[in-house]
Amino acid sequence: MQSNPLTLFEKIWYSHIVTQEPKSPAVIYIDLHLVHEVTSPQAFTGLRERGLKVRRPQLTLATMDHSIPTTPLSIPMADTQAAAQLQQLAENCEEFDIGLYGMESPMRGIVHVIGPELGRTQPGMTIVCGDSHTSTHGAFGALAFGIGTSEVEHVLASQCLLQHKPKTFQVNVSGKLGIGVSAKDIILALIAKIGIGGGTGHVFEYTGEAIRGLTMEERMTICNMSIEGGARAGMVAPDETTFEYLAGREHSPKGIEWDKAVESWKKLPTDGEAIYDQSITLDASSLEPMITFGTNPGMGLQITDPIPNPNQYDDLDKQHNLEDALKYMELQPGQPLLGHPVDVVFIGSCTNGRISDLRLAAKILEGRRIAENIRMLIVPGSQSVKIQAESEGLNKVFTDAGAEWREAGCSMCIAMNGDQVEPGQYAVSTSNRNFEGRQGKGARTFLASPLTAAATAVAGAISDVREII
Amino acid sequence: MAKFTHLKSRVIVLPNRNVDTDQIIPARFLKVTDKNGLGDALFSDWRYNSDGSVKPDFVLNQQQNQGAKILLAGDNFGCGSSREHAPWALTAWGISAVISTSFADIFRNNSLKNALLPIVVTTDIHQSLFELVKQSPDTELSINLASQTLTIPTDTTVTFPIDNFAKKCLLTGVDQLGYILSHESLIEAYEST
Repeated sequence: MQSNPLTLFEKIWYSHIVTQEPKSPAVIYIDLHLVHEVTSPQAFTGLRERGLKVRRPQLTLATMDHSIPTTPLSIPMADTQAAAQLQQLAENCEEFDIGLYGMESPMRGIVHVIGPELGRTQPGMTIVCGDSHTSTHGAFGALAFGIGTSEVEHVLASQCLLQHKPKTFQVNVSGKLGIGVSAKDIILALIAKIGIGGGTGHVFEYTGEAIRGLTMEERMTICNMSIEGGARAGMVAPDETTFEYLAGREHSPKGIEWDKAVESWKKLPTDGEAIYDQSITLDASSLEPMITFGTNPGMGLQITDPIPNPNQYDDLDKQHNLEDALKYMELQPGQPLLGHPVDVVFIGSCTNGRISDLRLAAKILEGRRIAENIRMLIVPGSQSVKIQAESEGLNKVFTDAGAEWREAGCSMCIAMNGDQVEPGQYAVSTSNRNFEGRQGKGARTFLASPLTAAATAVAGAISDVREII
Repeated sequence: MAKFTHLKSRVIVLPNRNVDTDQIIPARFLKVTDKNGLGDALFSDWRYNSDGSVKPDFVLNQQQNQGAKILLAGDNFGCGSSREHAPWALTAWGISAVISTSFADIFRNNSLKNALLPIVVTTDIHQSLFELVKQSPDTELSINLASQTLTIPTDTTVTFPIDNFAKKCLLTGVDQLGYILSHESLIEAYEST
């Protein structure tokens, strides 16, 4: 029998339906549930109140990342509320028998960095976490998306989730990236084009020559920010690059199991005749380094472009939206962003806190000093990334340049742990959100790639990295 | 689960597009281990000055909006972070329904689990509601979930979409985890394949 041609998403979706009653969402099975301190405590309370257990502790992995300090562990935590929340996670994991990469673990890190590092993230899986950047794991050809705390409780108790089938949205990226242009610029360009609600109700699948040419870490950067385009998930079909990344990782299949796994993973890519609900094409070769100027990730532009004028829009709401953003950012329409002074540069987060991101930054910072007016914070995405960076001497490059080198965590991306941008300050950040106050109350964020961030740190003002490489 | 059947209330207008969950409740309020008591943190950075004093112009601070249960919001409400603290903060303050042209997916799911009704209307209706409340700030809207209707005092009634399952859960207080667990034998069968 000839089966219908299916997309990557559909293959995973249909193979995970436990049951679906008429006029009801599907009950889908979850292969991996990632847990962190901020969105889980109320879910564990719910289990206790009902007298329920965690159904499959082995399919659950916990870590501490959001509110954890990035200063050395020897310094006691000043924030007693954050300390209590971290302690609560440790107690919950103990009580419910869940493996925790806690404070002292050399494998601890941002949940979306360690899942792939440990080989827990694999093609064809369904992966959820109480965190919208769970979309990161889609880089492996998994269906991965963020959920709320009520749903965290559902998955803990049942290993299942009630979901309506989303639509599919192909993002085809043709051509090859130019020098100084990176994966971060692809995703910022996409979101600038479709807007932050452009992917609502859809799952992105990134296809095309430019995507095939990316490393796994670059693919993760792109999938990570799918949520900033409104899509809950973003996916890349697995290929030899995926298999090479996974081979030999701690939790990757071994021996004959590996061969079997690869064979099944090779069946995942979208069938030739399959149809997406929506499609868009970007030409990678025409992209420049991107940077945001406003208060959501869709307000982005090519770094050499001027700040847009609200008057250019006919739509009054759009005008007001842009006016509000420029007022918050204290920026003038028509002015260039290049040369705009900056106070803080942050390199890190689940978007750009991996070893390849740090290597790019180090390339720019090697033999240079950051400008006097800049505070630069470099935060590895995991302790494993930290250890690797130190073995390559990157930490020395950073500290010699005048940057601060920290322990792993979400840090200044979400500013819950004391690492924050002060009110009114400008930051160039490799993270994923430039919402008002995201990096600290009153903070103003420009999102950009690690290359642009490093070049900006050296110049002391927003800079085009292509001028110094 | 808490129920939602019908509601009649004045309307708070927040026309900003793309209101993200970091605005609804900033991350520094997420260090809690309880879901209750987040009403004071709702829209904190828009509601209070940095010295903690109240910004009198912000809609939630206006006297006439105290006790109102319906929020009329701009497009794409609730985008960004998956924090369920956003609907927890909205409902703790007293909001029971949000009207917009669109909602971010995760926020919508989270709201439906907390008896906070996300009502999607067309751009035209959306626009006319803004006009109506601007002209008559005392307007009360009626929402009836069973008939999926929104009624304006001039007797104009519009219907809004909601999926059957979510509707049933809200009307009868179906416990969704209980529903999933009622399929336990099928979950076991799935796990054994």
